[in-house]
Amino acid sequence: MSSRKVEIMVGLFVVLTIAAGLLLALKVVNQGMSSNTDSYTLYAKFDNIGGLKARSAVKVGGVTVGRVDSISLDPDGYTPVVALKISQKYTKFPETSSVSILTSGLLGEQYVGFQPGFSIDGIADLAEGDYISDTKSALVLEDLIGQFLFSKND
Amino acid sequence: MQWLADIGHNTIDTVRSFGRAFLMLVGAIIAKPQLIKNTPLTIKQIYVVGVQSLLIIIVSGLFIGMVMALQGYTILVDYGAEGSLGPMVALSLLRELGPVVTALLFAGRAGSALTAEIGLMKATEQLSSLEMMAVDPLRRVVAPRLWAGIISMPMLALIFSAVGILGGHIVGVDWLGVDAGSYWSIMQSSVDWDKDIVNGIIKTFVFAFVITWIAIFKGYDSIPTSEGISKATTETVVFSSLAVLGLDFILTALMFGIE
Amino acid sequence: MENLLEIDNLTFSRSGRVLYDDISLRIVKGKTTAIMGPSGIGKTTMLRLIGGQLKPDSGDIRFKGESIQDMSRNRLFTVRRQMSMLFQSGALFTDMTVYDNIAFPLREHTKLSESVIKTIVLLKLQAVGLRGAAHLMPAELSGGMARRAALARAIALDPELIMYDEPFGGQDPISMGVLVKLIKALNDALQLTSIVVTHDVTEVLTIADYIYILAEKKVIGSGTPEQIKQSDSPLVQQFLNGEADGPVPFHYPADKLENAFLGVK
Repeated sequence: MSSRKVEIMVGLFVVLTIAAGLLLALKVVNQGMSSNTDSYTLYAKFDNIGGLKARSAVKVGGVTVGRVDSISLDPDGYTPVVALKISQKYTKFPETSSVSILTSGLLGEQYVGFQPGFSIDGIADLAEGDYISDTKSALVLEDLIGQFLFSKND
Repeated sequence: MQWLADIGHNTIDTVRSFGRAFLMLVGAIIAKPQLIKNTPLTIKQIYVVGVQSLLIIIVSGLFIGMVMALQGYTILVDYGAEGSLGPMVALSLLRELGPVVTALLFAGRAGSALTAEIGLMKATEQLSSLEMMAVDPLRRVVAPRLWAGIISMPMLALIFSAVGILGGHIVGVDWLGVDAGSYWSIMQSSVDWDKDIVNGIIKTFVFAFVITWIAIFKGYDSIPTSEGISKATTETVVFSSLAVLGLDFILTALMFGIE
Repeated sequence: MENLLEIDNLTFSRSGRVLYDDISLRIVKGKTTAIMGPSGIGKTTMLRLIGGQLKPDSGDIRFKGESIQDMSRNRLFTVRRQMSMLFQSGALFTDMTVYDNIAFPLREHTKLSESVIKTIVLLKLQAVGLRGAAHLMPAELSGGMARRAALARAIALDPELIMYDEPFGGQDPISMGVLVKLIKALNDALQLTSIVVTHDVTEVLTIADYIYILAEKKVIGSGTPEQIKQSDSPLVQQFLNGEADGPVPFHYPADKLENAFLGVK
């Protein structure tokens, strides 16, 4: 076995690996919001987050603008606090914006729906670390059924 | 009393062989690596363990991707969720099948060859002869093979996953008519670089290290007869496959189990 | 006469079996010393002890006055460059050509340029008569040729001491004659000190300057070939004449055959 042939074949092996790596990096992996691209963090308190998980999407009218960074429990009021990482591309949401936890389709996963509020003079934009006060919790199917049954009885 | 003595005997033997395996590792890589001298040898071994395993890896990757797409499609189409075929194929390949199947194939193809080769070198006195020529066989024979295994297998696993995803594309998109755009875009929205790809690569490095270590140690520690080498080769495949599956569970629990 | 190698009161046992019990040998510089004995007494082990691959239980092995078992690993590796060993199987590296095999010790231990290495390798191959086989792989060589190639590799670095492990074992008469001639010629030409471990009596008597016969864990006879031939020790005579039974018993130790059949304990 001549060492030249060995070198060529090993070179080919390396090229193939790089090609595989590129395929994964460019075609397979989700881009933009995957890692620490420029982003800022907003917080929102919910009564109930349902099935929301870290890395769930944050969408404005169906467009993903960010991801759920972490979910923790506020030690004072025992309410869930969700940290949202929003891409730096989307700024200037007014403070009157609201967030709600929605489900994509009947069986789909849950995501955070973000409704930008009206921007009127005197209302500041949301900035790094701000809390969004207007939140709607996840719909819990059991609660809904319960409400439906009770309303029937009335 | 005999069974108690047997347990004790086996335990002592096992502990001793772990000790020998560790000493071999220390002698081969930790003590004074000879980079310049060993690089050409390592490249040659990458050829032997890596390039020569390429064909089986590509063929298996292709077929496994295709089978998964076929199986996944028949299940997903009942729920109208055939768009999720992409992430299903990609995630199972990147997280599990890529590392594990590559590791099992690598153990069978390259691990057994390494054991047999080193065992034969021992049986034909080539290792002793190196020693007598004042060349340390640990550095000359063991170290390049160890490095080659650790370098090659993650590369093979990466190729395996990529080929598998393409195989899934062939069956899912070209045959069964899943929309190509949704195959890729839904895949993109659910595969994460750090969580899925990097964790998969970490797994393959662990597997590569364990398989190559077992394979080389079994050869180096084999009884230099034809019977001893055949036993060592079998043990390499059995032990490294079991080690891979066990470690896979532990690593998966550590990486994905706790959210 | 100067001793290159001195072995004093060597005791060695392996897996609970005593191979050597308090034996002493002297290897004189520039001479060929043969170590003979029946199979299974660990003649190869003796060479491994000298090479420092094994450590004796007690006793001392000194190479040029320096104790081998007390050397650090680095020192041992340095000393081993002055010795060389021809293994029974030849132990050529099967993944390289004959040429590369012989160039191997030169490339490992010297900084010579490839052209100088080429000259040396071809000279060594010429000496063993295999210059035409330089490009062959070891698998393509016959047993005798492999051993000659291994011999060329063993002398590549011009060692002071060369150890032959059963150089004549399993050879046809022609190869055997070639090897005897080669060992003799190399010894005379290069002023080498040789240790030949073997049980081929007739060949050894022609090339050895001094002979040790080992049996029963001891040195049972030593001397020049003439002295050995005239030895009155029955053990030595049994060995030289190849008698089946004698002081070295034909039967492996066992209790009486009658007892084994009759079930008497």
